[in-house]
Amino acid sequence: MSILINKDTKVICQGITGGAGTFHTRGCRDYGTQMVGGVTPGKGGQDVDGIPVFDTVREAVDSTSANATMIFVPAPFTADAILEAVDAGIETIAAITEGVPVLDMVRVYEVIRESNSTLIGPNCPGLITPGECKIGIMPGYIHTPGTVGIMSRSGTLTYEAVWQTSNVGLGQSTCVGLGGDPIVGTSFIDLFKLYEADDQTEAIMMIGEIGGTAEEEAAAYVAEHVTKPVAAFIAGRTAPPGKRMGHAGAIISGGKGTAAEKVKALEAAGIEVAESPADMGTALQRAIAKSSNH
Amino acid sequence: MKIHEFQAKELFANAGVAVLQNRVATTPEQAAAAFVELGTPMAVVKAQIHAGGRGKGTTIENPAQHGVQLVRSAEEAQEVATGLLGKTLVTIQTGPEGKVVNQVIIEEGCDIARELYLGIVLDRSNKMPVLMCSTEGGMDIETVAEETPELIFKEHFDPHFGLQSFQVRKLCSQLGITGTSIRSADKFMRTLCNLYVDLDCSLAEINPLVVTGDGELLALDAKISFDSNAMYRQQDIAAYRDLSEEEPTELRAGEAGLSYIKLDGNIACLVNGAGLAMSTMDIIKLHGGEPANFLDVGGGADKSQVTEAFRILLSDPNVKAVLVNIFGGIARCSTIAAAIVAASKEVGFEVPLVVRLEGTEVEEGRRILEESDVAIITATDLTDAATKVCAAIGA
Repeated sequence: MSILINKDTKVICQGITGGAGTFHTRGCRDYGTQMVGGVTPGKGGQDVDGIPVFDTVREAVDSTSANATMIFVPAPFTADAILEAVDAGIETIAAITEGVPVLDMVRVYEVIRESNSTLIGPNCPGLITPGECKIGIMPGYIHTPGTVGIMSRSGTLTYEAVWQTSNVGLGQSTCVGLGGDPIVGTSFIDLFKLYEADDQTEAIMMIGEIGGTAEEEAAAYVAEHVTKPVAAFIAGRTAPPGKRMGHAGAIISGGKGTAAEKVKALEAAGIEVAESPADMGTALQRAIAKSSNH
Repeated sequence: MKIHEFQAKELFANAGVAVLQNRVATTPEQAAAAFVELGTPMAVVKAQIHAGGRGKGTTIENPAQHGVQLVRSAEEAQEVATGLLGKTLVTIQTGPEGKVVNQVIIEEGCDIARELYLGIVLDRSNKMPVLMCSTEGGMDIETVAEETPELIFKEHFDPHFGLQSFQVRKLCSQLGITGTSIRSADKFMRTLCNLYVDLDCSLAEINPLVVTGDGELLALDAKISFDSNAMYRQQDIAAYRDLSEEEPTELRAGEAGLSYIKLDGNIACLVNGAGLAMSTMDIIKLHGGEPANFLDVGGGADKSQVTEAFRILLSDPNVKAVLVNIFGGIARCSTIAAAIVAASKEVGFEVPLVVRLEGTEVEEGRRILEESDVAIITATDLTDAATKVCAAIGA
């Protein structure tokens, strides 16, 4: 089944005429995603490789019945682009852009919370249901259709995890990049709910990092509500406190958000935690084996 | 982005958040003149550095000189300023190397009845800003949070509406602020919360927040840091940046579009992607090595970026080996391999270089590395990479 996106999803690209927008629209289309349109205010009527460009998301949806969007709009305008997509009724919004002011996201999140839209990101690689639909910048070829749900705050570290799981014969149902910012549209808990309810997903891998308490909250949720095997990895055991480690959200502040605390919470919830980033695939195998022994 | 106490107080004063009069001094003579100008019987001389703990901290040059000192005359102000300006102040937050003091402020004395704590941060869990107050002012708030969390009171607020007066009244009741002080608290707290939103702050901390003998609230100290992502729309704030307070290599890396954090170890790393970069540091440590840095070269690792990255890594005299870990997604391993070879030739490597490539065009990338005439140790997976680089330095 997969979660959030599949072969029937119709996707537009907001910011399609920009360099990154055009490049990645082509990448997704070549992977097999139904890229049905794009939006750049003022460029309505143009096209990118025959994909029609519209001035507004409303016009794009009316014309193409799009139900998902990939946002490559510069950071000062990303919040506005997300709100426009929500307003036009788009169900799945993937905001790739890095550098969105955090107070913009406080306001956007209030709207997302009350809406029917799911926001992935910002500052994320996107999401992919292998073999069916790719919305984002991840290399499609490393993915294989399968039964593992993978969710991660990171980009290239996710590819590493996908690579390791594919190499031990475990394909992926849907991979979701949550994003590296302190406030993102969808949490680990939101995705655990979807993966738990999805027939195709049989095991779940979560990749977290220092900063915030999303992993600890997810661990508590898993202990109560998730029956499928779960494995995890937390990046940043060696990160010093108070420093932003690349991602705006990867910062240990006020003593909170350390990798050690997260690992402790995850293990207490019965989640198999990989000690080494080289061990993510095998941690998942252990979780699955442990679960099938019950 | 951090700013100095005197800059934070300038912002407060402009917005109507109560602070004491102060003057900035960069010479001892200016400090003496400032004391006279302020006209109060007592004043406080405070070192201006981007770190807390200045009161307890002392200078390397004179362990009897603290970063904050009460003075009662212009001569004393001049003496203390002499003892601080150009000296290196070590506090619990600076690390043993301390920070050089380039400016001090002379602030008028005041009649302190009580010291409280007030801070505003982003609550990531609730996804809203939160105002935190405590009766334990002047103390390390992290210790209070650890030992007596019931003494910290919180009010979340919506950035559109700001802090509401009923929330101020709740806090006053919890903090024991009564009578006419409540009006002062209302103005102070609500104005500060508006400032936090208007200026895209990430942290606004007042420790201590003082209640004077007259029952007025004012900020005795002020620490503000800003959301770097928002600086494009806060040009006036961006002008407050003090480059002398920033680590020079981190500054240089930022200018080259690289994300770099210096650490203490001797194995340097260069990686594409923040999560993978943190993981690379982690796996080095797991194998008995000590990472020298965090470096995210980002999605576009071309020859000029890799060259600059290598220069930055090798400018650290502690570095005994370099590990490059690249998972090419959109970026092709072949392009990166060519960049690595060209860069290492240009920079000149005297320490072992271990390269692990995976992803798009990895076979071509590995071939380029192996056939180059630069001494490169190639690794297959993460474990192989960490093992090889630790072995290269004999760890």
